[in-house]
Amino acid sequence: MNSQPNFWFRYASPQAFYGLAGRLWPGFAVIATLLGAWGLWLGLFVAPVDFQQGQAYRIIFVHVPASWMSMVIYLAMAFWALLGLTFNTRLSGMMSRALAPTGALFAFLSLWTGALWGKPMWGAWWVWDARLTSELILFFLYLGFIGLTSAIEEPRRSDKAGALLALVGAINVPIIYFSVRWWNTLHQGASVSVTQGSSMAQTMLSAMLLMALSFWMYAIAVALYRVRTLILERERHTHWVTELLSAKETAA
Amino acid sequence: MIWNSVSEFWAMGGYGDYVWGSFGVTALFMALEVAQVRYERQQTLQRLRLMQEAQTAALDLPA
Repeated sequence: MNSQPNFWFRYASPQAFYGLAGRLWPGFAVIATLLGAWGLWLGLFVAPVDFQQGQAYRIIFVHVPASWMSMVIYLAMAFWALLGLTFNTRLSGMMSRALAPTGALFAFLSLWTGALWGKPMWGAWWVWDARLTSELILFFLYLGFIGLTSAIEEPRRSDKAGALLALVGAINVPIIYFSVRWWNTLHQGASVSVTQGSSMAQTMLSAMLLMALSFWMYAIAVALYRVRTLILERERHTHWVTELLSAKETAA
Repeated sequence: MIWNSVSEFWAMGGYGDYVWGSFGVTALFMALEVAQVRYERQQTLQRLRLMQEAQTAALDLPA
């Protein structure tokens, strides 16, 4: 007997997932904090100065992780959107919604830290080049998703509309990623590449990867926390939420 | 340790504004998001509880 399918079916129900998410998010939050502290230590106190960019290069330790997460979260949103459209599962729409604000935050931080890095290195806060423009479009896609889903009252229709936008917008993610190769841009090439390995010193690379993992764990923790609130809201008429609310009341 | 003094650390070789502007805003916004999701949960719980109480009162259920 294989228990795997059973597991997935069980946690596809909002009620079961509410409990699971509640047990999981604190662990992700703790790991995010620990990895973040370690990454900051390496990035700010151990990693040597860059011979070309001086100390300004340290922005990489927040810029690259934020940029990666802005793309990863969008792909996760598109994944839940596809799942929701295919299997018509209730949880999928709530997962996409729980991810969107965090994705928008990371897209904004990618643009913000990029501007603060661009100014001293290129002499410009912003240029209309392929990498920057496609990341800006990603930020607008997040805002569009949030706006669209909150504008439609009826949950099912809202989820469906959001899912379509998330899926169509997903085309933008590989465009961002490969933009530095496809077009001539001011933006530097990939610091880490699957095919060519890394062009960075070991400590710099470790610090950047630790920060990226920390942001990843942070995003999971926040999304799990947020989806629980969405589940309560959507399932407010069900028996288990009513029970949970009155149980909490007597406990408080 | 790569820094000789605290002021050297904050100066970041003359790029202090850019480096701390990046790290600071990132930390601030992440902290704000955490505060926001916690607040939203509290608000939702409170609102749903009030709705439930109103419903129970309207039905006038015997205790």
